[in-house]
This record gives sequence, structure tokens and C-alpha cells, in this order.
Amino acid sequence: MAGSVPTVWRTTAPATVDREAEARVWLAALRATGEEREDATRRLHDLLLRAARHELNRRRAMLAGTDRETIDDLAMESADDALTAILAKLDDYRFESRFTTWAYKFAILEAAVRTRRRAWQERELPMDPDAWTALPAQTLGPAEDLENRDRLRAVIEAVRTDLSPHQREVLGALVLAEVPIDVLAERLGTTRGALYKTLHDARRKLRTVIGADT
Amino acid sequence: MTEPRRSRERIMAGLLGPSGAELTCEECFDLLDVYVDSELAGEHADEHVPGMREHLAGCPACAEEHDSLRDLLTSLG
Repeated sequence: MAGSVPTVWRTTAPATVDREAEARVWLAALRATGEEREDATRRLHDLLLRAARHELNRRRAMLAGTDRETIDDLAMESADDALTAILAKLDDYRFESRFTTWAYKFAILEAAVRTRRRAWQERELPMDPDAWTALPAQTLGPAEDLENRDRLRAVIEAVRTDLSPHQREVLGALVLAEVPIDVLAERLGTTRGALYKTLHDARRKLRTVIGADT
Repeated sequence: MTEPRRSRERIMAGLLGPSGAELTCEECFDLLDVYVDSELAGEHADEHVPGMREHLAGCPACAEEHDSLRDLLTSLG
């Protein structure tokens, strides 16, 4: 947990017998050998390819100008990597969801990350140190009430005085410049989880300073 | 750079994040299938997976992947 929820308690999902039986068939086939495994792997790959294409189609605006063949390649690479991840993590499946739902999320993640990275591959990270100073003028309209102005200014002041340079850099890139977290993680040589932890800690500090948690 | 007159509410939400305790990105991915299946089954997904809604409110990337998984399953019937 990034916050203070003590534990993730999960009631037993009302899994149907059909759902569990379906999952057991998948697991047995994927752990088998020979033709049975090959057939199951092929069928799973087909499902993952469909999920990857679905994700790429949802993100087609980010891929404007990318030719069909490249998008097909991205889908295939996403399905391939998702399949590899799934086969390595079969023991992690806990029968708390449909097996196919569990599998699809891997393909969606792979395709989503590829899409974001491709969309940003030619772009520099917009790390503008003056962005914080310019923010009020860019976001506050003439009719904005005094309370909103004061609140935004208090947050910006807290960003400048209470956050570390790294927290400021991460917050600026993710929130002001809207750099996708996967892209920022790749450029900074870190992980999505580590960056989100930095973001979470910075936000918590800001909320504390301006009294938003009280 | 930010474009002119970006929504103040959106930027404030991004700067301050969700106030409730939330999952990490790794926990979110680990439980995303459970959460989405629970949502689509009409169950109380937020009680089933506490901290997920807060994380999705604070992490655009995880929220996109949640929306995509949910949309895929809905489209498949």
C-alpha cells in the first residue's frame, strides 16, 4: 500500500464452479507437454493478441501517423511478451477472477506501455523549471474566485519550498507536462512503481502543508 | 509545457492526489482482474479491493489499463 490501508482484505469472490473449472482446464493444458500444451499456448496467444489489438485500437489517436504494419507488429510483440509473462506466473493465479481476465491484463499492459513509449519516442521531456511560476496564469481564469487562487498559490509555494528537487521534477513531469509514467520511468532509469511512490509522497506532503487532509 | 487555461481542478487533483489510502501500482496490477470482474458482476468492487478506486483516481496509467480491460470484457460480452 502506498497509503495506510492496513491490509487488502478480499472476501472470497463468488466464483462460479464454471469459472474455476475453466481456469483449471487452462492451467492443466498450459502445464502439460507436447501437443496439448502447444494447442493451449496457441489459443492463449490468440486471446492475448485480441486484447493487445483492442488496447492499440483504443489508443489509435496516440499512434496517429503509425502505419498498419507497425501497429500489427506492436500487437504481436505485446501478445508475445504477455504470453511469456503469463507462462512464468501461472503459479500466481489465485482463482479470484476468470483466468482469461487475469491473462488479458498482461496483454493490455504490454500494449499500453508500448503505445505510450512510441508516442513519446521522438519527444524531449518537458522539464521546465519555470513551469511552476507560470502555472497560476495558465490555469486561473479572470473570474476565478479568491479562495481558488489562494489555494493554488499555496500549493505552488509548497511545491517550491517543501518538496525535494526530485519530487518537484517528478510532479512537474507527470502532472504539469502529463508525461506518461512509463515514459518517465524509462527516461529516468527507474520503475513505474518507484515513480508513483515519489509522486504519492510528494502529494501527501502537499496535502499536509495546505491542510487538505484535515 | 502546459497549454493555456488547463483545468485548474484537473491540475489540483493531479498535484494533491486522492486523499484516501491507496494501492501501489504493483498492487493495482496484481488485483486489477479481481476488481474488474467484481465490477462487471455488479458486486461491491470497492469493498472487495480497498484502495483500488483511490489509486485509479491518482494514477492515469493504471486508470487507462483498468478502463481498457473493462471495455474489452464488456465488448466480448
